[in-house]
Amino acid sequence: MSDVADIGLWGVPLAIIGGAIRVSTPFLFVSLGECITERSGRINLGLEGTLIFGAMSGYAVAVNTGSAWIGVLAAALAGICFGLFHGWVCKFKGVNDIAIGIAMMLLGTGLAYFFGKPYIQPVAPDLPSISFGWWSDIEQVQAALQVNALFIIGLFLALLLAWGFKSTKVGLTIRVVGDSTDAARAIGLNPDRVRLLSTAAGGALAGIAGAYLSLYYPGSWNEGISSGQGLMAVALVIFARWKPMNCFWASLLFGGAGALGPALQSVGISQGYYLFFAAPYVLTLGLLIATSSPNKAMESAPGELSITK
Amino acid sequence: MSGMAATDTLSKSALSLKVIIPKLEAVAIPLFAVIFGFAVFSLFLIVIGKSPSDFFSLVYKAGFSTGFSWQNTLSRAAPLLLAALCVALPAKLGLVVIGGEGAIALGGLTAGALGPHLSSLPYPVSLPILFIASAMVGGAWIGTVGLLRIKRGVNETIASLLMAYIAIALMNHFIESVFRDPASLNKPSTLPFAEAMRIGDMPIGISVHWGLFAGIIACILSWILIEKTTLGFAARIAGSNIRAAQVQGLPVGKLVIGFTALGGAFAGIAGFYEVAAVHGSANASLIAGYGYTGILIAFLARHNALAIIPVTILLAGFEASSGLIQRRMDLPDATILVFEGMVFVAILLSETLYGRFKIFSTNYWSKIS
Repeated sequence: MSDVADIGLWGVPLAIIGGAIRVSTPFLFVSLGECITERSGRINLGLEGTLIFGAMSGYAVAVNTGSAWIGVLAAALAGICFGLFHGWVCKFKGVNDIAIGIAMMLLGTGLAYFFGKPYIQPVAPDLPSISFGWWSDIEQVQAALQVNALFIIGLFLALLLAWGFKSTKVGLTIRVVGDSTDAARAIGLNPDRVRLLSTAAGGALAGIAGAYLSLYYPGSWNEGISSGQGLMAVALVIFARWKPMNCFWASLLFGGAGALGPALQSVGISQGYYLFFAAPYVLTLGLLIATSSPNKAMESAPGELSITK
Repeated sequence: MSGMAATDTLSKSALSLKVIIPKLEAVAIPLFAVIFGFAVFSLFLIVIGKSPSDFFSLVYKAGFSTGFSWQNTLSRAAPLLLAALCVALPAKLGLVVIGGEGAIALGGLTAGALGPHLSSLPYPVSLPILFIASAMVGGAWIGTVGLLRIKRGVNETIASLLMAYIAIALMNHFIESVFRDPASLNKPSTLPFAEAMRIGDMPIGISVHWGLFAGIIACILSWILIEKTTLGFAARIAGSNIRAAQVQGLPVGKLVIGFTALGGAFAGIAGFYEVAAVHGSANASLIAGYGYTGILIAFLARHNALAIIPVTILLAGFEASSGLIQRRMDLPDATILVFEGMVFVAILLSETLYGRFKIFSTNYWSKIS
């Protein structure tokens, strides 16, 4: 603890940087997943439930197998199942994708709590992290630059998706389907199938985000594991204008806001803890207000997306 | 209608069928969906080695069998009725508002913060003041969601849920700082209400507070507003086709703000009753998930304010039985959440069934007759 005094208030920005990296990873994965889904013209609000179920299943499998990575895989598979279900039921006429998302949020959360009860006590292995702070002697610098492998994977995934949407056939297919169902049909694509697979991919990434929560930071399974990251990520995608690299930067911003409260607490400022706790929600809402537009057409929004219509 | 009837070659009975058949469809399909949800949940219980008949008989026992169980059920129904209206009213305009929990928290906080300062006033004066203050705070909170939708095009579903998180943080902040009763050590609360200001039970033989009455009246008034007034008619037009409503010169913006604010006011009142009748002060017990169960109720009732009443009583009974089910069947408390999720998905899936059954088409029946 003596190191805290040594660097004084410098600990705050340092803790925010470190926190931003740590806290942003779940945002990054959910938002990239939602980005794929929304680009195909669907919105999945149920990712919050998928994230919580991913946290539970990832933790449970990691406890039972002793491997955190198998846990991540299991969470991704669980996410695919949720995504496939959402993608499948939304193809029926009259079924509202937003409402189904809310129901799936409730169901996913319920199932996670139901099956997760026995796993609140046991300890699962952590996901490994990589130290980028070896050059410094200061403990806080080292702690801040302890970067989890999933964050790095997420960064590469964002780059891959940015390239994929622009330059691959799959990316183009998703974009065409997202912009116009009729145009997609006219060139022989099956919009329902593309959306089904896009929602499944989104679910997989949300599941991984959940596994990160339970297997790395905060690193345990309990019923309060998610504080709405799955939902905020949906808003984040709108703010990021459906661009994967923007999702990356926005996630870092949200992570920083989320790390504000704990960072101040670490230097002994605990007054207004709950207000700092609300910072990410206020930031999300503020950005949503600032970047939304009362006019119908939102720049670069997928044409078939119900949320921007 | 009478002019049409005169020229219509169909018999009078066929005409009344035209009215009855769609209503039958509106009852039969949700009923089928709920039964389907029950069936899927039963299957779930069988798979994990539990007995569905045990489950449903325990729900009946804990929720609906005796005066005591009805008391348990109906006390939960009060906030749920009001929370469901917070979803159903904006839904008439095609808006999916799901942040009622936030308005309940802030309505309760308002009552808890103001209440102890009004104890010098006679309660017929102080309680209406608190009632109105809670309604106004809740109304302003959810009305803001409507305002943001109209002025900035911000999606109301996401905005309302974010604002629910913010509202709960605000409530926690205030009951732990400015409005905290120094005597509340383990569970931060506002100052307790004077005994004379506590809202009592209705004279119906079981211990159920007046919030239930308020909730039922709110549902009936909402139904009248939506079905019997020009304002409600305008809202329904705007809800089914916003462009048509604008072309007709309807004040869509005012309708959206008004209906969201009214829904929020009802949720705020739910918070008022939770504080003034149940807890006696504002504390973390206000966050009991009523806002989220209210979403499910509104969708199950297909946003019909009168249908909300029976659906609420049914779900309140299920929630009231949660404790007994945990103890007797050794199931986690999330069992009810799983059940609710399954019924919710089933009811949304049933939306696709409308208009698909020949038995519900008037042509089918006129051909037979």
